[in-house]
Amino acid sequence: MLQPVSVSELTQQIKTALAGPEFQSVAVQGEVSNFLHHRSGHMYFSLKDSNSRIKAVMFRSRNQRLQFVPKNGDTLIAVGSVGIYEPNGEYQLYVDLLFPQGIGELHLAFEQLKEKLEREGLFAAERKRPLPVLPGRIGVVTSPSGAAIRDIIHVLTRRYPGVQVLIFPALVQGAGAPASLTGALAMAQNTDVDVIIIGRGGGSFEELSAFNDEGLVRAIAASAIPVVSACGHETDFTLADFAADLRAPTPSAAAELVVPLQEELFEHISSLQKRMVDSLRRRIQAERRYLVQLSQSPILQRPESYLNQLRQRLDELWTGLGRTQRHNLVLRRGKLESAVGKLETLSPLKTLGRGYAICQNERGEILRQADQTREGEVVHVTLQKGSLSCTVEGRRI
Amino acid sequence: MTELKFEEALARLEEIVRSLEQGETGLDESLVLFEEGVKLARFCNNKLDQAEAKIEVMLDAGQIETFEVKD
Repeated sequence: MLQPVSVSELTQQIKTALAGPEFQSVAVQGEVSNFLHHRSGHMYFSLKDSNSRIKAVMFRSRNQRLQFVPKNGDTLIAVGSVGIYEPNGEYQLYVDLLFPQGIGELHLAFEQLKEKLEREGLFAAERKRPLPVLPGRIGVVTSPSGAAIRDIIHVLTRRYPGVQVLIFPALVQGAGAPASLTGALAMAQNTDVDVIIIGRGGGSFEELSAFNDEGLVRAIAASAIPVVSACGHETDFTLADFAADLRAPTPSAAAELVVPLQEELFEHISSLQKRMVDSLRRRIQAERRYLVQLSQSPILQRPESYLNQLRQRLDELWTGLGRTQRHNLVLRRGKLESAVGKLETLSPLKTLGRGYAICQNERGEILRQADQTREGEVVHVTLQKGSLSCTVEGRRI
Repeated sequence: MTELKFEEALARLEEIVRSLEQGETGLDESLVLFEEGVKLARFCNNKLDQAEAKIEVMLDAGQIETFEVKD
């Protein structure tokens, strides 16, 4: 007896069964019917043949880049995955890419690989690196005998006479080309080149197919050195073009993108030099003007007139003081003078002036009593003018 | 200065010119910048003048050989 499961559980199991690679990457051919381009932008339709029919949906984000509008009765090839729409229990085809029936196998593979690598983010704009302004050495991965290498060298040397180029020869066509190109690109990684041009002269889609090789495209995206692709086709892009940091339509154009025109750089530098000199000259002129302006200021021109102005101001202030304040000032000045007079009468110099003298023993003590000295000692006597050295002959104590 | 890359020198020179033109530095510093700028410009010119074209080819064995352009 089987154990019953819920509808949801069964649906989940079916969903898991559909998750395998055989249903996740499919290409299916059929006739379009019930086509509806919904207002939401999504496309709903069925693909059928004489016996079967499968529902299909192509979401807006996927169908925006469609080059044509599908219509009922068209036979198309749809690339995508099979999934289950759980609410209805219906399986359907989720379409990523849609092509008219006539598309070749190579193109189909190209579109599928492009879709896959794009989803991995290999072609993202933020992965692109800027090229050096003046590369020291340029690596070129291409055939050493084709027109491409001659064009590249011609343009490089014309634009920049001192150019340094290192060529990594590779097959650019045929079964061995992808491996040869990938190997040459890998070899370039171990050299001192600052930028790599990889490419060949123009050709048909089939001739350019090496540049759509998954291994080579991944190697270009992974290159540590910026890569410029040059696959010689103005309109068609190879996957190498999408993976490169910069895409040039032709080998000559790649050479133009990689080196600057030497004269232009010379001009640029000389214009920078001129601007530098001009701005410094302007600066010095401005500083000099300021200095002149300063030295012409009145105080530096006639300092005595400035002092006179100050004196005049002082007089004005004096006059401006009230009479009482002036009187107070005079009174205070009088007190100050009498205090100074008293101070002077105490001064020993004044006393000496009156005929007194100061007597000091040998230790420098001022003698006030006769017993501060002994007979025979030399004492110093200071007079108002000059001094005497005297010997004590006798004492009266 | 020999270790300097051309674009670094050029970028620094451009920065110096901008800063001198905006007059945001004192006179002494401006003179120092000016001197540095003159050196950088000389360095850039020398880099541009350097060397004749050299076209080489990497051989399979990892050897490098001068490449002859056939017309």
